[in-house]
Amino acid sequence: MATPPGSKSLGHKGRGPCGWAYRREYSAFVHVRTHPSPEPVAQLTRVSKSYGDVRAIDKISLEIYRGEFFSLLGPSGCGKTTTLRLLAGFEEPDADGGEIRLQGELVNDKRPYQRQVGMVFQNYALFPHLTVERNIAFGLVERHTPRGEIADRVRRALQMVRLDPAVFGRRFPSQLSGGQRQRVALARALVLEPPVLLLDEPLGAIDLKLRKEMQLELKALNKQLGTTFIYVTHDQEEALTMSDRIAVMDQARVAQLGTPAEIYENPRTAFVAKFIGESNFLEGRVVGRVDAWWEVEWVHGGRFRIPGQDGLAPGSVVRIAVRPEWMDICRPGAPPAGENSLAGTIREVIYLGETIHVLVTLPGAGDVTVAVRNEGQLIKPLPWKRGEAAAVSWLPEDCQILEAE
Amino acid sequence: MSPSPRERVLRWLNRRPQARAWTLLGPGALWLVLFFAAPIVIMFVYSFMPRGIYGGVAPGFTLEHYRRFFDPLYLDILRRTFMLSLLCTVLCLILGYPMAYAIARSARWKNFLLFLVVLPFWTSFLVRTYAMIFLMRDTGLINSVLMALGITDQPVTILYTAGAVMAGLVYGFVPFMVLPIYASLEKLDVSLLEAAEVLGARPPARFWRVTFPLSLPGVAAGCLLVFIPSLGAFLTPDLLGGAKEMMIGNLVQNQFSSARNWPFGSAASFIVMAVVLVAILVVLRRRARTAAGGLA
Repeated sequence: MATPPGSKSLGHKGRGPCGWAYRREYSAFVHVRTHPSPEPVAQLTRVSKSYGDVRAIDKISLEIYRGEFFSLLGPSGCGKTTTLRLLAGFEEPDADGGEIRLQGELVNDKRPYQRQVGMVFQNYALFPHLTVERNIAFGLVERHTPRGEIADRVRRALQMVRLDPAVFGRRFPSQLSGGQRQRVALARALVLEPPVLLLDEPLGAIDLKLRKEMQLELKALNKQLGTTFIYVTHDQEEALTMSDRIAVMDQARVAQLGTPAEIYENPRTAFVAKFIGESNFLEGRVVGRVDAWWEVEWVHGGRFRIPGQDGLAPGSVVRIAVRPEWMDICRPGAPPAGENSLAGTIREVIYLGETIHVLVTLPGAGDVTVAVRNEGQLIKPLPWKRGEAAAVSWLPEDCQILEAE
Repeated sequence: MSPSPRERVLRWLNRRPQARAWTLLGPGALWLVLFFAAPIVIMFVYSFMPRGIYGGVAPGFTLEHYRRFFDPLYLDILRRTFMLSLLCTVLCLILGYPMAYAIARSARWKNFLLFLVVLPFWTSFLVRTYAMIFLMRDTGLINSVLMALGITDQPVTILYTAGAVMAGLVYGFVPFMVLPIYASLEKLDVSLLEAAEVLGARPPARFWRVTFPLSLPGVAAGCLLVFIPSLGAFLTPDLLGGAKEMMIGNLVQNQFSSARNWPFGSAASFIVMAVVLVAILVVLRRRARTAAGGLA
């Protein structure tokens, strides 16, 4: 995939019937899985870890495949870092806390130095008393690598992270910028050629522009080296940008596991829909079947249609999520043919540059956000003003029916 | 409303950072000049003056006292003092480092253990040293126990030996070693240890390649805090060592009291001070080099 699937400019038509909104288009890439090969390199089987009475992770099962870029994504306290630390060996699972396997080998009670993993820490964790060269050589020295080979491998590792060995080799970590330190930390882990590299929010402390650059570089390194990257982050955009697969974690469990496109476009729960991107939530009761659709009576009055999936029957309560860019805005009472619409009042028009968010207050139900592509406000201004009556509309298939959490 | 005098002073100070700094530094600086710098200058001047008949000094200039110190007798005391202090520092390090490490590592007992380390300071050093006499003398606790257990039938001479002096010095100075090392171990970033471990370092390698090098500033500070005062120790060798185990501190003390040779005592003090300064310079230059090497 050349472009992150979550990016708003992909997979959507430029102009909807009303002329302004992005539309989702079912393109081929959406359900393409990108596992390089299905061989599991790290496996967690019903793994639990508690601190006192607090379950940090609760019977998590994951299979991470060789060579993939796997992200653990979630808010702070969701258990993502604990999962990573269990893989590294800094924490042990509870006594009856399941199995952790690395390359097929049970490692539950193996210490970190007995495991074949590399790790990049959030705060870099470079040894302040050692030069860049000696930081990178640290693990090689532990492995009794011959001296000549060490020098050679250190140099190549620095080149791999695009630092000039002649310039940076003799510097101390305190003489490097945050981005350079992160590169050294990466080189220090990768020089040992671990089959699995664990990364704990490694770009958290780096400024935005450099972070974007590093994201692409990390992704390129992952593909180039064939090393499995397991990446912890709370930044949904970062996870969408880099990952082959994402495990969204919430309250010590995996809320959803899938490709970025699956996670973004088919969020299974309200938590996932809210955490990754923005969503508008609508609740209602199924009243009947119309052709291929279920007709739903919205809790605040009015009706809309949703895909006619199994497992629902007249009387079922449903909750759906609709992405702002899947919605459109139109004159009340004049929705495009075949679309759902709900009438309201425009509360605010927010100019964001690339897009414009129109907040529409639906009576009794609060705001929904409609993302409209900015086609140039100086040439072709949006015809909507604050306080005007308007309606939001969306195609019945452009929604996600959520599971109860 | 016109500003109150207090406000006016504060505003005046706010506009002048230098004046503000001096207001804060002043009282303490005055104290130090009066009771530290001035006596040192006086002693320095005295050390070049002839000895007064009834103590004090007579007018004139002489290098006699410095020359006299280079007598093998005094040089030997200086050498012995230096070696004893060095040994004391090494012993304090060997005893203190593991203590500091254990305290820094313990989560629940940290504060209590630190409290225990400084607890001896609650009683006077003099009292504690006398207590050691009761422990070490021929009829003291150690000998009573040894004889009661039948390990020996003659009391073992402990008191008034070099060993007793060393025991007293180490006992007195160990907290000064523990506290700075504890401070440097305490702020050691745990993720550095984890990084070492995930890079393949087993616990011993982790200690010698990460923990110990990073605690060196604390070790250096502790060594200075033990070495310098033990060079000047006079109470411990006086009470536990008797006349045989004289250290340079006893020599200086004697010159000012019973020998009534103030200028010679002053000269001896300055020679000790020179030794101390050289020791500090050596350590500080090493630290500066490590600091340039990336330690904050």
